[in-house]
Amino acid sequence: MMLAQQEYLDDFTWFDGTWKTLWLGEDIVFLVLKVVLVFAMLLVSVMLMVWFERKVVSDLQNRIGPNVAGPWGILQTLADGIKLFFKEDLTPDQSDRFVFKLAPYLSLIPAFLMFSIVPIGGDFTNGDGSVEIAGQTTFLQLVDPPMGILLFLAMSGLGIYGVMLAGWASGSKYPLLGAVRASAQMVSYEAALGLSLAAVFLTSGSLSTNQIVQSQTDGAFFVGGWNVFSLGFIPFVVFLIAGTAELNRPPFDLVEAEQELVGGFHTEYSSLRFSLFFLAEFMNVVTMAAIIVTLFFGGPHGPILTDTLGGVWPILWFFLKVLVFLFIFVWFRATLPRLRYDQLMDLGWKLLIPFSLGWFLILASIQVGRDEGWNLFVVVGVGIVGMGLGAALLLGAIRTARLSRSESEIVEYS
Amino acid sequence: MSLQVFTFLLAGVIVVSGAIGVVLSKNPVHAALFLIQTLFGVAVEFLVVEAHFLAAIQVIVYAGAIVILFLFVIMLLGVDRAEDMRVEPIIGQRPAAIVTGGALLGLLLAVIASSDSLTGGRSQKGALDATDQLGAPLPNVNQLAESIFTDYVFAFEVTGLLLTVAVVGAVVMARRIPGALQPLPRTALDASREAAAEAALSEAAEDAADDGVDVDSAGEV
Repeated sequence: MMLAQQEYLDDFTWFDGTWKTLWLGEDIVFLVLKVVLVFAMLLVSVMLMVWFERKVVSDLQNRIGPNVAGPWGILQTLADGIKLFFKEDLTPDQSDRFVFKLAPYLSLIPAFLMFSIVPIGGDFTNGDGSVEIAGQTTFLQLVDPPMGILLFLAMSGLGIYGVMLAGWASGSKYPLLGAVRASAQMVSYEAALGLSLAAVFLTSGSLSTNQIVQSQTDGAFFVGGWNVFSLGFIPFVVFLIAGTAELNRPPFDLVEAEQELVGGFHTEYSSLRFSLFFLAEFMNVVTMAAIIVTLFFGGPHGPILTDTLGGVWPILWFFLKVLVFLFIFVWFRATLPRLRYDQLMDLGWKLLIPFSLGWFLILASIQVGRDEGWNLFVVVGVGIVGMGLGAALLLGAIRTARLSRSESEIVEYS
Repeated sequence: MSLQVFTFLLAGVIVVSGAIGVVLSKNPVHAALFLIQTLFGVAVEFLVVEAHFLAAIQVIVYAGAIVILFLFVIMLLGVDRAEDMRVEPIIGQRPAAIVTGGALLGLLLAVIASSDSLTGGRSQKGALDATDQLGAPLPNVNQLAESIFTDYVFAFEVTGLLLTVAVVGAVVMARRIPGALQPLPRTALDASREAAAEAALSEAAEDAADDGVDVDSAGEV
């Protein structure tokens, strides 16, 4: 058995050494099984998420919400899906046919791939998160590549193409406007997202999601090691806001603002192609919640009850935390009014990016100070003074720019 | 054939077919899509040689930001509908492109053939060979980070400064100067367009003269 395994591995020495979990440590059949499992889990979670969102929003608005299909209307999404299947599939006359058909897949595939790096279970309290199933030692995540969380950034970058090309290929103006808005928004907020991620890399010292979760569990009392506390809340808050904007969800949903743009980039889509966009959107919501939990809330690591029930508790902890964030996303939608386009850009470029950059610099200087044995109070004091100066400069520049702009406008219109 | 070679060849086909598509497609948006295909294939090639960080950055920066900007410009200017890619705006551009492309290819091949003597560096295949204190191999990402922030920190900082200068330059160029709008500086493209318009005009005038129609009124049409 051992020998056969070895020969088999020799044939599949793809990334020898570093990328162990992908081919070397694991059976191909086992890997395929994991892929199918993640796929099915995402589909089911989307189904439940749509129902959850509609139910919670209706509760918050004093309505009943879907209540006909299945108990508490839980099969509503299934009914909607069947309806979408049987609708007529329209292709607009003015459209670029090939790109029009390609676009939904371009937003669906990155949405799937993003989830592959999220660890959904495993004992991180006493071990490195690996579990043993049927004689295989494995992580409870599809892959753990060394570039880890960068895969998430890359995939969310590629997801923009689906939206952008859908809007362009429709050959009508509202989708195009929606697409341009969407891509401008997603590109801008990716910067803030990346900067708050950098703070996480700084403390965990690795890009791999498994390592990031591990670094949050060792040493600290109770949940004190979670990045949300050890990084001082700011990166988490920035990530949450930027993530909501990246998902094009309310209050940042001016991409599909009904009053202005009909439906945004997917106005011309119907039937199955529309449902693919819908699927990708909700899949991204679930993935974003999972990524937030992984980066800032210790992933499957729980404060209590970690090693009873044979490894089921970490998985339960993980899903419980994800559920909290899913609720927060729905809560945002039910509570906050939509931002205007200039407010959106101001928030992203003038507030979130400088703020997370400044916080990152302070965290970095604390790290250096700790390594070099400097006095922590001095380091933090100097850091805060420096950041204050930077903020004053930035605010001064913005003020001057605004003044000179309004002056030139007065000259122009008088 | 090992899986590594197979993946390399597959990604190579993706890269080359994408590159051919960029050159041959008549629609600018399709060309940009083929460019993404090429960039993605190159990212896979990076993965094959275990340059994970480069692969991720390739996708994030090139596919995720730069081609998006291309598409922005194409869509907002309406180039995709107005411009006909078959017309050559500057005479002699295509032969010049072929010569330059050939020269670049030759240079690249020369560098690959004699990498030690030209670049002074040793080409590296597979994982980098540094190890941590316990003797375990370090991931490429960590080794790259160490190298950037120790040996090459000056080059890295200078690159950052260069990018800042570029941003400031872009802001200065995009700034609106108060007062009346200045005419744009003339370019070679303008000259060729004007020449073409003049040629068309004189041709029309000749035609009109042949037909015995008043030249001035023909010119106004």
